[in-house]
Amino acid sequence: MTILYFLIGCSVLLALGFLGAFFWAQGNGQNDDLFTPSMRMLIEDDEEKPDGTEPPDEK
Amino acid sequence: MLKSPVLKKTACYHCGDDCLTTDYQIEDKTFCCHGCKSVYEILSADNLCSYYSYNEHPGATRGRTDKRFDYLSDPTIAAELIDYQDRHISIVTFYIPHIHCSSCLWLLEKLNKINPAVQYCRVDFLKKQLNIRYDHERMNLQQLVELLDSIGYEPVISLHDVIKKQNTADKDNLVSKIAVAGFCFGNVMLLSFPEYFGLSGLEQTFRHFFGWLNILFSLPIVLYSGTGYFVSAWQNLKNKVLNIDFPLALGIAVLFGRTVIEILTHSGAGFADTLCGLVFFLLVGKFVQRKTYHHISFERDYRSFFPVAVHVIENGREKPLPLSALNIGNRMVIRNNEIIPADAILLKGEALIDFSFVTGEAIPVNKTLGEIIYAGGRQTGEAIELEVVKPVSQSYLTQLWNNEAFARTRDKRMQTFNERVSKYFTIVLLSIAFATLIFWLPTDAKRGLAAFTAVLIVACPCALALSTPFTMSAALSIFDRNHFYLKNTAVVEQLAAIDTIVMDKTGTITLGAADNIKLEADLTDYQKQLVYTLCSNSNHPLSRMICQYISNPAKLQIWGYREIAANGLTAIVDNHGVKIGNAQFVLDCTEQPSTKTKVHLVIDEKYLGYFSFSHQYREGMSDVTALADNYDLYLLSGDLDHERRELERFFPKANSMYFNQSPQSKLDFIQALQQAGNTVMMIGDGLNDAGALKQSDLGIAITDNVNNFSPGSDAILDGRSFDKLPAFLRFSKDTVAIIHCSFLISLTYNLAGLSYAVTGNLSPLTAAVLMPLSTVTIISFTSLATRFTAKRRKLI
Repeated sequence: MTILYFLIGCSVLLALGFLGAFFWAQGNGQNDDLFTPSMRMLIEDDEEKPDGTEPPDEK
Repeated sequence: MLKSPVLKKTACYHCGDDCLTTDYQIEDKTFCCHGCKSVYEILSADNLCSYYSYNEHPGATRGRTDKRFDYLSDPTIAAELIDYQDRHISIVTFYIPHIHCSSCLWLLEKLNKINPAVQYCRVDFLKKQLNIRYDHERMNLQQLVELLDSIGYEPVISLHDVIKKQNTADKDNLVSKIAVAGFCFGNVMLLSFPEYFGLSGLEQTFRHFFGWLNILFSLPIVLYSGTGYFVSAWQNLKNKVLNIDFPLALGIAVLFGRTVIEILTHSGAGFADTLCGLVFFLLVGKFVQRKTYHHISFERDYRSFFPVAVHVIENGREKPLPLSALNIGNRMVIRNNEIIPADAILLKGEALIDFSFVTGEAIPVNKTLGEIIYAGGRQTGEAIELEVVKPVSQSYLTQLWNNEAFARTRDKRMQTFNERVSKYFTIVLLSIAFATLIFWLPTDAKRGLAAFTAVLIVACPCALALSTPFTMSAALSIFDRNHFYLKNTAVVEQLAAIDTIVMDKTGTITLGAADNIKLEADLTDYQKQLVYTLCSNSNHPLSRMICQYISNPAKLQIWGYREIAANGLTAIVDNHGVKIGNAQFVLDCTEQPSTKTKVHLVIDEKYLGYFSFSHQYREGMSDVTALADNYDLYLLSGDLDHERRELERFFPKANSMYFNQSPQSKLDFIQALQQAGNTVMMIGDGLNDAGALKQSDLGIAITDNVNNFSPGSDAILDGRSFDKLPAFLRFSKDTVAIIHCSFLISLTYNLAGLSYAVTGNLSPLTAAVLMPLSTVTIISFTSLATRFTAKRRKLI
């Protein structure tokens, strides 16, 4: 049963890792704007197109 | 017979407004004005026409293209606006109200295609903000703003940027505190489970190990997550107030103390699980209560409405001057559509001032040379020159903000139910605890202490503390859905306590801009065309309304056009003399006073009739005034009493309508009502209502576009939802009833727990079950009940 000491230590470390990851994301501003990225991903990347190409069909 | 031209409305390719002319065309695309056309030209030159493919008509109409931003070259002004600057780059954040669709997002994040000096742009859609990093050696702030303006995204530039302040103010690490509390709560629950199921003698060593770990996890809960309760309880005690934070802080302290002692003395398992759960749920309640509207500001005053700088003439040259540096005697130049920032004497030019922001009155007023023009008006027409007679903060309008109503910070607001109840709750709780202690002390001191702490633990008003935030946040989102935006949750209770309603007239119960137009004449299509041609040359709001009313895009030949300000228009159109304007101008006689504004029409010296413009009352006006059965209803108007007779059907009671009220007298009126013991709600829209809104117990600013300017208030109501006001009032009362019910529920739980606690036999398991159970009951009851009542009031 002494293995429990080790396992509990592991689980606490793992949880601390997640907590740390959350703090990192928070400090990094990842949770500041939770709405705009959902719109941004729907916009097509047309960076690669060489200049002078026609814009996409307008409807 | 004349063939009438084909009536066909085309929508502007850029902004979607109706095109009144066919003058602006590129290929097959029609634009409503030069501004819209020029935006298209810029975008097509930079190959950014996909802008139009994501959404139809994504642009904003650009009626004016003559805005000047040269004041942004002033280093002191620029320094206030820029967030960060080093040798090469500057970072600036703009608030752009027009951001509304994915096209906006797409275009604004592609600014560097138009000007490569822009290095990085990021849109925050909900806040309607644009964050830009740019190379200030290749482009200055003025050029950047001009670029944004040229593509139709004019930022709102105000030195008194409340919105920015709001966003930075609410960073008190609440999310981090919740994260830590959640982390500890989860781990402690895991470690407490063996205790719940019982440990065999063999596993006793684990008990100590788990106990120590529990203490370890409780430390961050008490020292980090829960500190707010100790601080608040202490501050309130110093102010001799007993609020709900006191029993909460007491509960947390007792839980922690007893846990540490039990574990250290091996006398029990402690209450670490209850402690962590309590703090975690409380913090979640706090988080739920904090609703923020990023794009709405409730704190605006005249400074966020006035420009940042004004042009003055010095030594014969025109230069921009920051508003704060404006002094008596300065000679200002105000161009078309610019706001007059200080009381001033008109020196040169024809002034036609639109006071709609101040009074809500849509029709501009004519002013003659030498007349004093009050600050807040917007010039329409040619450029005028004025001499400042009073500094900005002392002018007729702005001195309202020097009133004491603005100096006090929410003092005599009514106490919320929670505040009132928690005082008695705390007293009762403490007396029960001490009574238990005294009861047991002579016979069994140890048991007495156990019972004393158990009472404090089990009666910790967790459910009580959660009932208000959860009910209120549910109510707030119901209001929000109906376009009624409350500043914070306490406003719901204020709404329920109202017994007197005071309303402003213009812009509040009447629609400010969209007046009802009626043609009282029999015109042929050709005659309509004549009138249209004449009116399309004028920028006067009435002319524009007539144009929209006729909406006949074919124009005829016109010459000899003359516009006599505030009187009318005349010209020879297609060889017919057309004259349109007020009675004085057209008929050479004074108009009989009437409830309507009339524009008379004469073609070829023959009187044909008139257009009448009457104020239109908001939809649901009769529903709102039906509230008179339960509330005292008053009308306060800055206008003269032309409409008194019309309004009598809404306000039949004697002495319920007051006309010709100045901003100050509106404030005084509210104050008088309050001194007579009434709880007053004020509904207004303009800057002239700002004092009354502030003085009242609950100020509601009504607006047709929440992004537009609205004076400081407790709540902002979208004009479309005006008819729902009675439902809102009823719903707020329901909400308060729900809070009362949930208070009873939580009391029941507390009593059940107390019956165990007073005997001193509270097991950690009972406490650990009781606390989350009461919390879950409260949360589900409040959210279900709120939804149910909202449905009953037809708000969802």
